[in-house]
Amino acid sequence: MALHVEIRKDLGSFVLDAGFETGAGVTGILGASGCGKSMTLGCIAGVIKPDAGRIELDGTVLFDSEKGINQRPQKRQVGLLFQNYALFPNMTVRQNLMTGLRAREKDPGRAKQQVNEMMERFRLTGLEKHRPCQLSGGQQQRAALARILLSRPRLLMLDEPFSALDGYLRWNLELELSDVLKGFGGSALFVSHSRDEIYRICDRVCVMDQGKSGPVIPVKQLFEAPVSRAAAVLSGCKNYSRARSAGERRVLAEDWGVTLEYEGEAPDELRWVGVRSHYLIPVPGPENFRGNTFRCRVLRVVEDVFSMVILLRPEAGGKSAEKQADVLLRAEVTKEFWEDFLRREDPAQGLWIHVEPKDVMLLT
Amino acid sequence: MDWYPLYNSLRIALISSVIVFFAGIGAAYYIAKLHPVLKGFLDVVLTLPLVLPPTVVGYFLLVLFGPKRPFGAWFLEHFNTRLVMTWYSGIFAASAVAFPLMYRTARGAFESFDETLAYSGQTLGLGNVYIFWRIRMPACRQGILAGTVLAFARALGEYGATSMIAGYTPGRTATISTTVYQLWRTDNDALAFRWVLVNVVISAVVLLAVNLLERRDRERGGRPG
Repeated sequence: MALHVEIRKDLGSFVLDAGFETGAGVTGILGASGCGKSMTLGCIAGVIKPDAGRIELDGTVLFDSEKGINQRPQKRQVGLLFQNYALFPNMTVRQNLMTGLRAREKDPGRAKQQVNEMMERFRLTGLEKHRPCQLSGGQQQRAALARILLSRPRLLMLDEPFSALDGYLRWNLELELSDVLKGFGGSALFVSHSRDEIYRICDRVCVMDQGKSGPVIPVKQLFEAPVSRAAAVLSGCKNYSRARSAGERRVLAEDWGVTLEYEGEAPDELRWVGVRSHYLIPVPGPENFRGNTFRCRVLRVVEDVFSMVILLRPEAGGKSAEKQADVLLRAEVTKEFWEDFLRREDPAQGLWIHVEPKDVMLLT
Repeated sequence: MDWYPLYNSLRIALISSVIVFFAGIGAAYYIAKLHPVLKGFLDVVLTLPLVLPPTVVGYFLLVLFGPKRPFGAWFLEHFNTRLVMTWYSGIFAASAVAFPLMYRTARGAFESFDETLAYSGQTLGLGNVYIFWRIRMPACRQGILAGTVLAFARALGEYGATSMIAGYTPGRTATISTTVYQLWRTDNDALAFRWVLVNVVISAVVLLAVNLLERRDRERGGRPG
């Protein structure tokens, strides 16, 4: 079970330049909208032709620009679940499922039996004669998945499968889909712009930024120790600053005007430093903390559903011509913590922020 | 009353509609995939008969098919068949003027087709022919149907190019439209009026049938084009 992808395609506004390798299990492709994720899936499926490159699945060459190989999508045995599910609107649910079998099962009796089994498995029984527009979003997704699995793909690719659904529906469908992927056995690619979905569903992840793909790493690693700024942003990090080394285990965060201590190893090409918002902790003063404590002005406090978001600006920060009102840091604390803090301190005059050295992320 | 013009008009319109149906859909499908420059050029050429006066279209057809012109002469010599001043000359005229209507409506329908449906068909292993006839065409059926009806109505009402290339010979090349003109010109108002009524009835019935078909289509739960 191995997929090897190496493609280039000029998309006008940017160049898609993706290269990665995956094995069995679910690999996530995480990237902002319009970064080339869907295009990459299209190229692997064979419905979009890359300008150059090579795609290999389980030892079969699907595409090789040098050797002039470009297998038809019909031959590739690659299943692709489209964002809008792409059920055929003129066919009933049963007819839609039958199309998945058409190419490989010629015996009508066996075909019917397999469709029935799949209808049962995906809880579509009773909806045989319905048309796609009569189904709910979740039913549509299940029908589309059933149709794809009937075609017995070697590789399963899902393109933002939850983007067309309400938040309320998502959670259940995500659990269902997660089970389907576990039972699938082969390798799967899961494309999403949501770090949460990727974290819950995938084993490994590859970050994509402006058409460029990063290395494939275990999901946990992306969230605990992102390497690039794009990866940090996609993993949910809200605070980052240009950075340069400032001696032994110290880094100067230039935008913040603060020197921070860190743990672990700095990358060779250190360019950015990031801190997650819940690791910025308001403290009474610098006295009891060993370094990494700096004074900030409070620009605004926003009450969120379960937390308080404090928008800050380090007093030493932004020496350049940037506007004084610019928000540079975003701290997030629980409501209880903030109420308690207000009883003892008056943030109108500014407050002290502390960061643990282990929570300082060094990025390229 | 001699019913030959009705019979001749209907067969010309029906045959032209069939020709234009396939030619228009084929052109719309393949031209959409061409390079934009070539596409723009072909689009102008294929739409011209819609905006040119039918007599100008007739002129071009005569230049092409006339027995003394290269193609017409060659055809006459090899197949011993004249292409002008016969009943089927009317098919050439009707097809030429009706083609752009079919081509443009089919193209519009194809352009609004969700291409991911074709892509998902391909990844499921369905052949391109199956995808075209069973997925693309049904999804575009409203546009295709509208184009076909417009083409049929236009072919039935064709006068200018037909009168030039097929002329008016009673019992041989006469159509409803050329008959109406001939009767009017020879002061036979009463008969001309009857043919006018026949034409209006046919056109009204066709349009009514289309409206009924579309309504039934919607009620069956089909998605509007």
